[in-house]
Amino acid sequence: MADAIVVEGLTKNYGSLAAIDNISFRVPPGSVFAFLGPNGAGKTTTTEILEGLRARSKGSVRVLGLDPWGEGRPLHRQIGVIPQDFRFFEKITPRESIDYYSTLFGTHPDPAALLERVKLSDKANSRFDTLSGGQKQKLGLALSLVNDPRICFLDEPTTGLDPTARRAIWDVVRELRREGRTVFLTTHYLEEAEILADRVAIINHGQIVAAGSPAEIIDRLGGPARLRIVAGSDVADFVRSRFPNEVRREGDHIDVVLRDREDALAILEAVQASRLAWTGFTTVRDTLEDVFVRLVGRMDDGVLKSSDGTAAGAST
Amino acid sequence: MNGRRILADLKVTARGYLRNPIALFFSLIFPLILILLFGLIFANTGATAATLYTENFDHASPVSQEFLSGLNQTHLVTVQVINTSTGNLSVWLGQNDNPVGLVIPAGFGQNYTQHIATNVTLYVNPQDAGAAGSAEGAVQAVENEFNLHAACQSTNGTCSPVLGYIPQSVGKTYFTYIDYLVPGLIGFSILTSPMFSMVDVTSSYRKEGIFRQLSLTPLTRDEWLASRVIWYTILTFLAAAIMLGFGIGVFGAKVTISVWMVPFLLVGPLLFVSLGMLAGSIARTPESAAVIGNIITFPMMFLAGTFFPVSEFSPGLQVVAKVLPLYYVIDGMNQVLLFQNYARALTDFVIVLGIAVVFFAAAVYLFRWKGE
Repeated sequence: MADAIVVEGLTKNYGSLAAIDNISFRVPPGSVFAFLGPNGAGKTTTTEILEGLRARSKGSVRVLGLDPWGEGRPLHRQIGVIPQDFRFFEKITPRESIDYYSTLFGTHPDPAALLERVKLSDKANSRFDTLSGGQKQKLGLALSLVNDPRICFLDEPTTGLDPTARRAIWDVVRELRREGRTVFLTTHYLEEAEILADRVAIINHGQIVAAGSPAEIIDRLGGPARLRIVAGSDVADFVRSRFPNEVRREGDHIDVVLRDREDALAILEAVQASRLAWTGFTTVRDTLEDVFVRLVGRMDDGVLKSSDGTAAGAST
Repeated sequence: MNGRRILADLKVTARGYLRNPIALFFSLIFPLILILLFGLIFANTGATAATLYTENFDHASPVSQEFLSGLNQTHLVTVQVINTSTGNLSVWLGQNDNPVGLVIPAGFGQNYTQHIATNVTLYVNPQDAGAAGSAEGAVQAVENEFNLHAACQSTNGTCSPVLGYIPQSVGKTYFTYIDYLVPGLIGFSILTSPMFSMVDVTSSYRKEGIFRQLSLTPLTRDEWLASRVIWYTILTFLAAAIMLGFGIGVFGAKVTISVWMVPFLLVGPLLFVSLGMLAGSIARTPESAAVIGNIITFPMMFLAGTFFPVSEFSPGLQVVAKVLPLYYVIDGMNQVLLFQNYARALTDFVIVLGIAVVFFAAAVYLFRWKGE
């Protein structure tokens, strides 16, 4: 089957500034694709170009075989979009919103089933302005499904939500994938991408700096696995004296950088034989977040800094 | 354009509006409060004696002088003797905005003394019921006294009345404050409900991403716009019905309901929906949109003839009023509801239509759903 989304050499200039700089990627049908990047990296701009809400400067974009900018109307009948911070008519209830969307699209979904699906049945007849942030986002999700879309675009759908609401939305994303829909997701939460996505692209300063499945990216770009032993400096000194591996002491534990799997067994055996005190061990690998932070910058006090050390742009 | 989608949007708009007490208050209740308030303040400006302009063609006779002084003694009227150059008192009264007048014919005194039946002519404007009642009451009372007196002096002993009067309607309608207030406040509604909410909706829907959301559905911008224009037209008809109902029912406003007010009720909302959208589109934030909206709305609210007829303004202020689009809506409504001057109403309508078309075209050109 043809790829659901094909982007080749996409560029978006604002004056002399390239918000998106010659990026290419493909999203296979029926997969969950996560688009990651710090604020201002170009996530939302790319998403809006794919949705047909923004014109591109250069390159080619095909979504379900259509050009989103020139063929927006037929495309919009086949895609569902949930923006960041979904807002709707304040005095209208979720039930009425679904009726409204159904009439606009000329479709006939069962409103009760749709609300049940996003776990919003108990608020079916509450006005939008009385809903919590999570409930509003759930309504956005329900509305994006009114036209039975082939691709769902979710732009930071769980930002600012509590863990329960976040998990409810994750469940729906998993279900969408099971139903064979393509999901295009942008997110700040690396954990979310790791859990949900089949494929990930990391964008920074308008360029894709890594792409592949989360495991591939970690394999390729993550640091080596480490044996973590909960023990004191005597154990660290002991390992250093017996093995060539790099040893780091961090708080109540030491990390031994492994070259291969056998390293871990040999080191554990030697430590056990030494009769030095230790209380536990585990092996650790880089997470997608570790890779992300290494690639695009570092988190300082919750603010993501770009790799050149300046704060990333506030808006995308 | 798809009627089903327009209807769906209209339904959502109406629901949102009806559930928003503030919007509802300003569209329908506030103008009602204004008409009650201004009506009560200005409706009864005190019962002073009406001035009875009298043309006396029997000036020399003492009987006519006695008759007029009798009228003055009733305290219902104050007689003011005049000489019209035209000889037609009815026309003179109309030209000078006076509600009541009296003509005493030549030979009045002689006829009275010789017991020959004779009539005076009383011109009244039935729409100014106060002055008309006073004048008729005064003339009847004085004639009764004269007739009794004549009967006592009658040689044949019969008591047949000698004097009578012929009532005549004056050819011009006199309008009071409340009459002007009805079309004025219909104009107020045509202005305020689309202006205030379209400015707000256009700017806040853009900020909140609701237009972006709608642009991803099959609803087109033109369908959305059509739904809004239809909604504010419905509100305008409702407001007009309320104003006319209260104006006529409570204050006895002398307005003539006519099908010719319909063009104004259709094109007026279109004009101000467009203007509101323009203001909302130009502004970058909902806050600045509100400021721009108020700068446009408030001068019109007071200077276009809403609360006071523009003819009572100073000449300088009249020039200002005639620059305001709402002036032509209200003037047109005045021409239809009060004066039945359809030629002038048509001129007003053509001006309103022209402005509406220009604003609508500009709003459609500038109003965007998408980023670029």
